[in-house]
Amino acid sequence: MRAATSAAIEDGVLPTLTALLVALVAGDLLILSYGQAPGEVWRLMMSGTWGNAYGIGQVLYKATTLVFTGLSVAIGLRAGLFNIGAESQLAAGGFCAAALGLLLPTGMTPWLAIPMCLLAAMLGGALVGFIPGVLRARFGAHEVIATIMLNFVVLALLNWAISATGLAVPETLHTPPVASSSIPRLAAFFPVFHGSAANGTILLALMAVTVSAWLLFRSRFGYELRATGLQPLAAESAGIRVPRIWMMAMVLGGAVAGLGGSNFVLGYKNYFEDGFNGGAGFLGIAVALVGRNNPFGVLLAALFFATLSQGGLAIHALVPKQMVEVLEGIVILAVAVSVPEVRRLLRARPAPSATTLPVTV
Amino acid sequence: MKLTLLLMLQTLRIAIPYLFAASGGVLAERAGIVSLTLEGFMLAGAFCATLGSFYFGNPWAGVLMGLLGGCLFGALHAVATIRFKADQIVSAVAINLMVVGLTRFFLRLAFDSSSNSPRVAGFGRDGNAGALATFENPLIWLGVIVMPALAWVITRTRFGLRVRAVGEKPEAAATLGVSVSRIRYRAVIASGALAALGGCYLALDQHQFTDQMTAGRGFIALAAVIVGRWMPIRAGIACLLFAFAEAMQIQVQGAGVLPSQFVSMIPYVLTLVALAGLVGRAVPPAALGRVEG
Amino acid sequence: MRERADQGVSRAAGRGAGSAAVAPAVRMSGVCKFFGPVQANSEASLEVQAGEIHAVVGENGAGKSTLLRVLAGLYAPDGGTVEVFGRDVTGWSTSDAIAAGVGMVHQHFMLVPTLTVAENVVLGREPMSGLTYDRATAESRLETLSRESGLACVPSRLVSELSVGEAQRVEILKTLYRGATLLILDEPAAVLSPPEVDELWRVLRTVRDAGATIVLVTHKLDELMEVTDRITVMRHGKTVMRLRTSETTPAAIATAMVGRAVRLDANGMPVGADAAALGLAASTDEDAGAADDHGAELDGASVSEAWTAILDAGAPPDEMIVSSARNRITRSAPAAIISAPTPTYADVPRLRITALTVPGPRSPRAVGALSLSIAPGEILGLAGVEGNGQTELIEAIAGLRATTSGTITVDGTDVTRYSIGKRLALGITHIPEDRQTRGLVLDYSIADNLILGRQTHFSRSGRIDRARTLAFAEDRIKAFDIRPADPNALARSLSGGNQQKIVVAREMPADFRVLLAAQPTRGVDVGAIEFIHDQLRAARCAGKAILLVSAELHEILALSDRVAVMYRGRIVTILPRAAASEDVLGPFMTGAAS
Repeated sequence: MRAATSAAIEDGVLPTLTALLVALVAGDLLILSYGQAPGEVWRLMMSGTWGNAYGIGQVLYKATTLVFTGLSVAIGLRAGLFNIGAESQLAAGGFCAAALGLLLPTGMTPWLAIPMCLLAAMLGGALVGFIPGVLRARFGAHEVIATIMLNFVVLALLNWAISATGLAVPETLHTPPVASSSIPRLAAFFPVFHGSAANGTILLALMAVTVSAWLLFRSRFGYELRATGLQPLAAESAGIRVPRIWMMAMVLGGAVAGLGGSNFVLGYKNYFEDGFNGGAGFLGIAVALVGRNNPFGVLLAALFFATLSQGGLAIHALVPKQMVEVLEGIVILAVAVSVPEVRRLLRARPAPSATTLPVTV
Repeated sequence: MKLTLLLMLQTLRIAIPYLFAASGGVLAERAGIVSLTLEGFMLAGAFCATLGSFYFGNPWAGVLMGLLGGCLFGALHAVATIRFKADQIVSAVAINLMVVGLTRFFLRLAFDSSSNSPRVAGFGRDGNAGALATFENPLIWLGVIVMPALAWVITRTRFGLRVRAVGEKPEAAATLGVSVSRIRYRAVIASGALAALGGCYLALDQHQFTDQMTAGRGFIALAAVIVGRWMPIRAGIACLLFAFAEAMQIQVQGAGVLPSQFVSMIPYVLTLVALAGLVGRAVPPAALGRVEG
Repeated sequence: MRERADQGVSRAAGRGAGSAAVAPAVRMSGVCKFFGPVQANSEASLEVQAGEIHAVVGENGAGKSTLLRVLAGLYAPDGGTVEVFGRDVTGWSTSDAIAAGVGMVHQHFMLVPTLTVAENVVLGREPMSGLTYDRATAESRLETLSRESGLACVPSRLVSELSVGEAQRVEILKTLYRGATLLILDEPAAVLSPPEVDELWRVLRTVRDAGATIVLVTHKLDELMEVTDRITVMRHGKTVMRLRTSETTPAAIATAMVGRAVRLDANGMPVGADAAALGLAASTDEDAGAADDHGAELDGASVSEAWTAILDAGAPPDEMIVSSARNRITRSAPAAIISAPTPTYADVPRLRITALTVPGPRSPRAVGALSLSIAPGEILGLAGVEGNGQTELIEAIAGLRATTSGTITVDGTDVTRYSIGKRLALGITHIPEDRQTRGLVLDYSIADNLILGRQTHFSRSGRIDRARTLAFAEDRIKAFDIRPADPNALARSLSGGNQQKIVVAREMPADFRVLLAAQPTRGVDVGAIEFIHDQLRAARCAGKAILLVSAELHEILALSDRVAVMYRGRIVTILPRAAASEDVLGPFMTGAAS
C-alpha cells in the first residue's frame, strides 16, 4: 500500500516537474532568440509577480478566475466529460451578473445585491453548461464538439447583446457600472495591495475549492460522479443514472465557471465588457490538467498560470509578453505527453483495459 | 444576375480556406486522430507563408514555407498523440495556444509589430479588384479540387483504404502488418499541410499576416467535417454552405435582415443540430480519439 | 499474389508427402513469455508436422493462446526458439509471419466493419493498378479463392452486415489470400453455432487436404477427437505432452491437462469437479465428488502408447496445483445439493418472467416472449450456446436493457418499469458477465467497490460514511477472503479471482432476493471458483432465487436445481437436474430438439 501511495504521488508530481523543465528550456530558447539573457528575464518575471504587493495582488486576481474555470473543467473530467466550454460559461456568468446588477435598484444593500448577482452568474454559466449536458445525456452528442461550437454561439450572442441592443455605454463594448453589487477590493482591507485588481472574490474561489473537494471526494454525489467518469458501465449497473450525472456535472461545471465571471464584473471593473473572458476559460483546461483534476491541485496550478501571465507583462520590456502564451502551450503539451508516459513507466505490469485520461472522443 | 455571380464568387473566396482545412480534418479524423488542431495549423500556415513571401519575395516560396509550417505542427501533434499517447484533445488545445503565442512572438521578433506584418508579395491584385480577379489566385483552383481529390484518395487509393481501416479498427490493420502509427503519422502531417494551405490562401490573398487572422475558421472547418459526416464531398458542400451564408450576410449588410452575429453562428448551430442527430446521426470513425495500447 | 498462394500450397503438399525427412512445420522449444510478473509460458514447446490439423489444449490460463501468439509474431518470446518450416524465426513480427505464410485467425475477429469483405481480405496487400487500389481485381481474386477453398462469401458486402460464421470465413480467407500454409486459429468454435462449427471443421479439412497445416487452440476436448491429427497438451504454461489423436482417449488428454489421474464416467468422460477444471462438459454422475486422485482409474496401456512425447517427464508436479485440486474435490461434493432443502415450488415464485420480449443489438427479438419462474431456494441454470439471448435476458431483468413487452415480477411485485436503482433496492442483484467494465470501478478501492450500488446506505445527509464503509469492507474482505486484505487497495491491482470475489461479496448481501449470476466464475482461478460455488449454494439454502448463466455446462449441472436451455431467444426446455445431462441438453442447445 505504501508503494501504491508513493506511486500515486510520483504519478501526480513527475509529469508536472517534467513539464516545468521543458517549459524552462523552451523559454530559454525563446529568450535567447530575442537576444536577451534568460537569467535576467526569469528574475524580472519573479520580481514583477511575487516580488511586490501589487504583483502579488495581480497574480491573485488572475488566479481567482482561473480557479473557477479550472474547477469547472476538473469537475467535468472527473465525470468523464471534457468541458471546453468554460470560456463561454465564464462570459455568460459575467453577463448575467452585470445584467441583474443593472436591474436591481441602485440603493439596494450589497448584502443582498451581491448574493443575487452571484446567483445570476451561476445560473448563466449553468445554462450554458446545461445545453451540452443535455445534448450528451439525451442525444449522445460528444461534449467536446458541442462545447466548442457553443462557445462561438454564446460569445456571438453576448457580442450581439452588448453591441446591438443599446445595453452598452455608447462608443464602448461594456455596460454602465453596476454600483450596488460591487465586491470590495483587497486594497480596502490591506492598503499595500493598492492599485491591484485582487478583490473579495478570492475568498469565494477558496470556498469553491473546498466545496468542490468535499463534493468530489466526500459526498455521495461525488462518489457517483467519479464512478461514472471512471467506469460508466459499472456505474450504470450500480443503479447510478449516468446521463443524469453527466448533465449535473456539466451544469455544475458551468455554474462554477459562471461564478468566475464575478471576479471581473463584480470585483474589478463593476461592468460587463465584451471579451473580458480573454482566454481564461481555455486556460482552465491547462489548470485542471496540471492540477490533475484535484481541487487543491487546481488552486496551485491556477497560481502558477496566473504567475506566468502576470509575469509576461513584467518582462515585456525585454521579451514580448507573448512568450508566456507559448510557454502555457508547452506546459500543457508536456503534461499531456508525460502523464501517460510516467504512468506507463510506473505500471510495469499490464493492467487490464488500462485507461489513461478519463477522456475519449 | 450580376449580383448572383458576385455572390457565387464571394462564396467561393470565403469557402477556399474552409475547404483546405476541412479536407485536412477529414483525413486526420478518418485515421482516428481528433482535428481540433485545424485552427492552429491554419494560423501556422498563414504566418509561415507570410515569412516565406517576405524573405524570398515570391508567393510560391510563401506557399512552400506555409506547407512546411503546417507539416511541422502536424508532426508535433502526431508525435504527442501517437508516440506518447497524449490525450488528443489536450494536445490540440496546447498546439492551438502555442501557435497563437508563437505567431505573436515572432511577429514581434521579425516585424516588430504586435498586430500585423508588412505587405508581402501575394496572389491576385492588391485591394478590391474586379470579381474575376478572384481567379488570379492559383490557390483557388487547388481549393476547388481538394475535396474531390481527397474523396478519390480515401475511396480509391491504397493509402485511403488503410486510413479508413486504421480509423475504424486499428487492431485489425495491425494484425495484417499495416503499421497503424505510420498511416496515422502520414494522415496527421498531411492534414497539417492541407489546413496550412488554407492559412497560406488567407495570408497571400490579403498580402499580409494579421494577428489571429484565421479567426475561428479552423473550427468552422471542423464543423463542416462533422456536418459532412466525415465524407469529403459532403464536408465540401458544408464548407460551401457556410461560406454562402457569410457571403449573403456581406451582400445584405446594412439591410438589417439578420444581425451579423447570427449569421456567424450558422455553422456552429448546424453542427450542434447534426450532433444531436436531429438531421441524421453523425457517427464518427470508431477509433476516433481513442488512445491505443 | 495468386501465384504466391499456389506455390505455397504445392510446397506444403510436397512436404507432407515426405514428412519424415523434412523439418516439421513448426518447432518451438523452451519458449518463455512473461507479462510483468506473470509467466504465461515457461519452457513451452510445440511441434507440428506439415499437413496436419494440430490442436493445443489445456485449462483456461494454461498458456495456449500466448504460445500461438508468439508463433504468429504478435508477442516476442522472452526465451526459447521458434522454427517455422525449418527456419529459425524467433522474435519475428506479424508482417514477417504473414510473409512466411503464417496466418492467424483471432478469437475476437480482426475485421474492419465499415470496409467490404474484399477490402478486409486484401488490406495490407492490396492489388494496385497504377496509383489506385484495384477493387475489381481484389474482388475477382477473392471470388476465385472462395471457389477454390469452398469458403463462400460475397466480396462486395460490408463486414458489418455479416453473421459471426460468415465473419470467421472472411478471417480464414484473409490468411489464405496471403498464401498462408500454416493457419493458427484461436478458439475458433467458441463463438459459432453448432451448424457453423460443423461447417468450420469441413472447411478446415478442405484447407488441410489442399496442403496447409492447421494449429488450433481450444479447451473443449469433445470437439477435437474427430477433426485433429495430433494434440499438444499444456498445463500451467508448460507443454505436458504431444500425442496422436487416433491413439489416445479423452481420458489421457484430461489426465495430462490437470496433472493427475482423473476419474471418468462410463463414456470415458471426466466428471464432476475434474470436468470443471478441464472445461469439459460433464455428464451426470451424482457421486463424482467422491472421487479422489488415488481412486482414479485410467486405461494405462492406451495412455502410455499415446504419449509420443512427455515433455516434462521427470519434473515433479506442481504441489500447489495438486493440493488445490484435492481441495476442490473434497469441497465441491454435490452431496451439498442433495442434503439441502428442496426448493419450495408451492410458494409464489421469487422471480417470474412472463412473455418477455427484449430487443438486442442484432435482433429486435433477442429474447422472444420468454417465460420462466424461479422459486425461493432454487438455482435455475440457463444453458445455451453464447449469443442466444442470455445476455439480453439478464440485462433486461437487471434493468440495463429496455423491454418491448412482457412482465418481470419479484415476489409478486411488478418491476418491469422499475429503474435499476429501484430494482437493487428491492433485492435484485447482478453479477455481470464482464466484471472489469460492468462489475467494478477498477480505479476505486476495494472498500469503495464493495459499496457500489449501495452507496446510499453508506451515506448520511449526502456524505459517504468512511468509517462505516471501511468497517463493512473489512468484514466482507474477511468473509470472502479477498486478497490483499486491504480495503484501500485499488481493485485494479487485484487478481481476477479476487476482483470477482468483490463483485460476489457485494451482490450477495444478506437481504437480496434474486441473484442474476452471469458467468460468475469466468476467468477465475480454481480456488475462487469453488468459493463462489459454495456461496451460491449457501444462498440457495437461504431461500434466494438464483438465475445462473454459464457457458460451461458442467457449472450449470453442478449447481442447478433445474436446467433451462435457451436457443434463439427462447427457452426450448426446462428439466429437473436429475433429468439433465450433457447428452440430453446437447440437442436442445443446438436447436436439434425442441
